[in-house]
Amino acid sequence: MKDIFTKSVARNIYYGGSAFFIFLFLVLTFDTHQRIPERDNREAMTEVTAHGKRLWEENNCIGCHTLLGEGAYFAPELGNVYFRFGESTEAIKGFMKSRPVNGIPGRRSMPQFNFTEEELDAIAEFLKYTSGINTENWPPNIQG
Amino acid sequence: MKYQSQSVAKLYFIAAIGLFVGQILFGVILGLQYVIGDFLFPYIPFNIARMVHTNLLIVWLLFGFMGAAYYLVPEESQRELYSVKLAKWLFWIFLGAGVMIILSYLLIPYGRLAELTGNSMLPTMGREFLEQPTIGKIGIALVCIGFVYNIGVTILSGRKTVINMVLMTGLVGLVVLWLFSFVNPENLVLDKYYWWWVVHLWVEGVWELILASLLAFVLIKTTGVDREVIEKWLYIIVAMALITGIIGTGHHYFFMGAPGYWLWLGSIFGALEPIPFFLMTLFAFNMVNKRRRVHANRAAVLWALGTGVMAFLGAGVWGFLHTLAPVNYYTHGTQITAAHGHMAFYGAYVMVVLCIISYAMPKMRGRVANSNKAQVVEMWSFWLMTVSMVFITLFLTAAGVVQVFLQRMGDTPLPFMVVQDKLEIFYWMREVSGLVFLIGLMVYISSFFIKGDAADEAPVLEASAADNN
Repeated sequence: MKDIFTKSVARNIYYGGSAFFIFLFLVLTFDTHQRIPERDNREAMTEVTAHGKRLWEENNCIGCHTLLGEGAYFAPELGNVYFRFGESTEAIKGFMKSRPVNGIPGRRSMPQFNFTEEELDAIAEFLKYTSGINTENWPPNIQG
Repeated sequence: MKYQSQSVAKLYFIAAIGLFVGQILFGVILGLQYVIGDFLFPYIPFNIARMVHTNLLIVWLLFGFMGAAYYLVPEESQRELYSVKLAKWLFWIFLGAGVMIILSYLLIPYGRLAELTGNSMLPTMGREFLEQPTIGKIGIALVCIGFVYNIGVTILSGRKTVINMVLMTGLVGLVVLWLFSFVNPENLVLDKYYWWWVVHLWVEGVWELILASLLAFVLIKTTGVDREVIEKWLYIIVAMALITGIIGTGHHYFFMGAPGYWLWLGSIFGALEPIPFFLMTLFAFNMVNKRRRVHANRAAVLWALGTGVMAFLGAGVWGFLHTLAPVNYYTHGTQITAAHGHMAFYGAYVMVVLCIISYAMPKMRGRVANSNKAQVVEMWSFWLMTVSMVFITLFLTAAGVVQVFLQRMGDTPLPFMVVQDKLEIFYWMREVSGLVFLIGLMVYISSFFIKGDAADEAPVLEASAADNN
């Protein structure tokens, strides 16, 4: 056994195996690109949602929230917040506007970002677009 | 120490430990914010503290990897480092850039920072772990390229051992995959798809190559086991890491818009991902059992064994726990993920860096090993940090299980914040464990300042084995 399974066999498994799986991964990536137009809700993407995504990033929302389950686990999931808030972008905007500047004593509170009306719209539209992505029915329920 | 240029690693190790302290201090702040929600609000909100915590981790581990490479590559290549000057320059540039990035998080509102650094020209900010301003990301890329060049030239013109080659493929992979941190499509699904090419393919891919080669180096040096044996193990471990880990990326593609077949691929390959970590555990224990000498540096051997065990538990077992799609459906993005993240990073990457520091630092300070007294203190810190990390993980796991049940599985699912209130007791216990970890870290640092005669009186099991590597 020791004679058959030599170091050079081990080396070949390393280089050969890695090369094969890198290639397979690239093929799968290509195939994923072919299939996601039907799943990623791209028809809902506009300049407004792009602006919203930028605002989402530039205010580090992911530092507290999760979005489709990724991010921090300190604040609620927002991939389905559009549905949780009764399919109302106005409700999402209202929540962001209502945040107290100095927080809530003893409790977690989202900061007041002082967004303009246009920025609030963009973020809400971005979250609405996100809620339309096909996530294999995740999260399990409306609570996220 | 066989080559003068190896000593450049010392700078890197000292910086790594310094930043490690910062990371843990912010960890303690975060833990407190979980229970006292307005702690330091609005001056250091949770998102800022978290960014500091995770980014410091990444930066200090990179310092650790770089230091490790500067130490072991000359010895393995049997020649001096290509350029000590470049290594020193890159050190100061990287430290300056790293400190600047962290301070900018703390001193400038994030939105303003994005504006100041021209994020709109090439938007890369505001994605988990990749929060650095674009200019900072470019800096990291340049430092890493310079580092890999320095290491690469040294290896190519020296002895090309298996450890060197595996380390090199790992480092090249690290640089190449970092380039995907600049890919940020407006389409959220594609954004996430390529974001994982950095995050997953680093920690569950190329970093494992770095981890395994560092571990192999320390084991060769401390056990005196034949290089041929160790190298064969190393090949098998890293082969399994990439064979399972590359397609294993799929366990992050379950619920973010990618096609359904990733549910199967991610589950199957994700379930295989513990294999390389289990092999590492076997590897470490086997080599120590077969040792041909008792190395005077018992602390380094303890870290090596600890890495084997904790990497398997944290990355392997806690990863497997929620890698299957039907399970992950309920656990995705809960405290279960946080539990896994903590023990995996500690067990695999923190411990292997502390292992190589433990082995190399005494050598760079002119002795085979530290005094017995210093080693005993260092081993105390090993147990304090390791056991407290086990408890952090267990309390977060408990919190996660209750969270999943109340928020995701019950007949009347409760809102996120209501559930968080109910988890308070677990978060308090996690915070206490975190404080013990901090104490462990202080004990660790104090071990460097304990004097006494070097402990090199340990018996050689087989005289001829002492210097054959």
